[in-house]
Amino acid sequence: MLGKTAGSLFWMARYLERSENNARLIDAGFRIALTRSSTARAEWKSILVTAGSNQAFEATGQEYSSAKVVDFLLRDTRNPSSILSVVKQARDNARTARTYLTREVWEAVNTSWMTLGALLKRQVRDDDLPDVLSAIRQQSAQVRGAFSGTMLRNDGYNFSRLGTFLERADNTARILDVKYYLLLPSVAHIGTSIDNVQWETILRSVSAHRAYHWLYGTEISALKIAEFLILYKQMPRSLAFCAQKMQDNIGWLQRGYGEETEAGRMVAALHQKKLAGPIQAIFDGGLHEYITDFLRANAALAQQIERDYRFVE
Amino acid sequence: MHGHGGDTRTPYTEFCEWFAAEEPARIHRKAQQAEAFFRTTGITFNVYGEDDADERLIPFDVVPRIISASEWRRLSRGIEQRVRALNAFLHDIYHRQEILRAGRVPVELISRNEAFLPMMMGMDPPGGVYTHITGTDIVRTGPNEFYVLEDNARTPSGVSYMLENRETMLQMFPELFAKVPVREVGDYPINLLRSLAACAPPKCDGTPTVAVLTPGIHNSAYFEHSFLADQMGAELVEGHDLRVVNGRVAMRTTQGYTPIDVVYRRVDDDFLDPLNFRPDSMLGVPGIWDVYRAGGITIANAPGTGIADDKALYSYMPDIIEFYTGERALLPNVPTWRCSETEHLKEVLDRLPELVVKEVHGSGGYGMLVGPAASKKEIAAFRAKLEANPRGYIAQPTLSLSTVPIFTRAGLAPRHVDLRPFVLMSPAGVTITPGGLTRVAMTKGSLVVNSSQGGGTKDTWVLED
Repeated sequence: MLGKTAGSLFWMARYLERSENNARLIDAGFRIALTRSSTARAEWKSILVTAGSNQAFEATGQEYSSAKVVDFLLRDTRNPSSILSVVKQARDNARTARTYLTREVWEAVNTSWMTLGALLKRQVRDDDLPDVLSAIRQQSAQVRGAFSGTMLRNDGYNFSRLGTFLERADNTARILDVKYYLLLPSVAHIGTSIDNVQWETILRSVSAHRAYHWLYGTEISALKIAEFLILYKQMPRSLAFCAQKMQDNIGWLQRGYGEETEAGRMVAALHQKKLAGPIQAIFDGGLHEYITDFLRANAALAQQIERDYRFVE
Repeated sequence: MHGHGGDTRTPYTEFCEWFAAEEPARIHRKAQQAEAFFRTTGITFNVYGEDDADERLIPFDVVPRIISASEWRRLSRGIEQRVRALNAFLHDIYHRQEILRAGRVPVELISRNEAFLPMMMGMDPPGGVYTHITGTDIVRTGPNEFYVLEDNARTPSGVSYMLENRETMLQMFPELFAKVPVREVGDYPINLLRSLAACAPPKCDGTPTVAVLTPGIHNSAYFEHSFLADQMGAELVEGHDLRVVNGRVAMRTTQGYTPIDVVYRRVDDDFLDPLNFRPDSMLGVPGIWDVYRAGGITIANAPGTGIADDKALYSYMPDIIEFYTGERALLPNVPTWRCSETEHLKEVLDRLPELVVKEVHGSGGYGMLVGPAASKKEIAAFRAKLEANPRGYIAQPTLSLSTVPIFTRAGLAPRHVDLRPFVLMSPAGVTITPGGLTRVAMTKGSLVVNSSQGGGTKDTWVLED
């Protein structure tokens, strides 16, 4: 297949994943802002940082109020990561790769662009926000369903999936990056009462608060949350899960093309060296350093994939 | 659709029975569903210079235009004759120019033709085919009276609408197709692929690789480009996906550069090769021309075929057909006055209020005078333009175009239409998809069917025998 097309499928999947992740972040932020007005400003800021949109937001000179931040994250075209921007990018990439998509997938992406474009035409009122966020998740679920149900399991499929998991790993690592201080052992050691709302925010922003309790019961600890988000292989948004999937997808590509690539070696190293655990070792080495390191390795992997598979000249 | 005396013309009989039994409200609802279907599928066209929020739909009318089997037999014979003659003409013009030597077509129509490519002289395109795809615009003026309005041999567009209009009708009114025996159009993409592959260049070994070359997602016809590539299972490439590698045009794949054999290009000649044509073009492939000359790639349609789209040349088509086929043209041309000839110009100037005057190189319905619809002032202004540059114009009588019904809020209403059948040519022969694209002027009385000026489309049915 064309290198350009592979790149478009990769980026289409990244943008679709990003729209869903950002919707989840807005949801988590909105909850905490409702329940804790005193820390709302700091929460919104950290959400903007997680979404990679804080600089762009600061440039607008607006205050960190719920209304302003939510609007910026949902529909501001000055924000390249706003839902509206991201869905348009996903659709542009889908148009470029149109011949590699089934009619079902293309129509799902196009419908999602039309539906969200209409929903986000005007500023969303607070009481409409839950419905809008749920519509974003629904659109994304429809694309995913069409994708999984109708796409040939060929190279195009693997490039798309690579985009999904690379973006997802990036997102989970960014959440950890912004919130790592909450997970620092020192806090737990001092015996400060555990900040349930903060934990919940982290878990909600990866749609896993129920799953966590299901697994670990009522006990909430920094170590366990970090383990869950970093190493737990059955959690579909954990770094280990994403790395495993990326390794699988690159593995299929390598076998299909009969050619080993540098990206293949990088993803194997990422998976085996960084995600072997145990969690205590990660804490001992410094959680913040670990996460910064992971984010860098993940970004380098993205660049290597682009080079190895000739997305651009 | 109603002939003299109010009888329903026969091809419509079955449709009309069906229609009479339908609730207008249901059809109206279906028409709205069709619009949603077009939007979801992305069958839109971009309007240049506007934001993509303004992707437009071409209005679609749910009433099919129906052509009987015998009418189609006559039409298709005439079209095939015309396209073969056109191809022979292009070959001659780029080789010995017998027709010019014989004085049947004036030399300056070629030498002054902007689409004429001196670089094509002596070139033999693979398979001897110049016009791989032609769109022949046809109008009807009465029972069994068809005229060819123009030939589109450059890069005729609209075939995706022909296919999607049928798809839409099948989705909306499946029961109708059980009642009326309509000929299939859906095999066009496969025929196109076969036809292109049959023109593979000498250097192709094995199964030919076919690619569609598009200017990109911002081009107004991008939907059609991706649609055709998708349906053919061909790669959809842009200029920056291609480069010349080892004397072949190759596309950058995830595994390196792979040669392509046939490129169905949807970019104009000027933009094909920045080394040999417009140096500022970003749309083409540097060096593709040299590969073409060396038999390393087939370009469809061949560069330089645009000379045949010239409206002054059009007026010579009956002579061209006779010259190369030895037969009279089966489908008549619209009588045309060439304003470059003194006698013709005089007559045109005398009869300006009743004629249609067109620019020789114009398209899209722009820059023309429709005498009967123009004011005295407009006619006077046009007269001045015409006198200043008579060579730039031709004139034709205002035809009383036939109408077909469209569905409006007030029920069926007559509107003017034209028809663009799509013709494929390869060494294996000529293939014409039964029907084509029917364009319809959506406003009452209007003769302008161009989509850039509010024209719509409808499904075209050729009935089985």
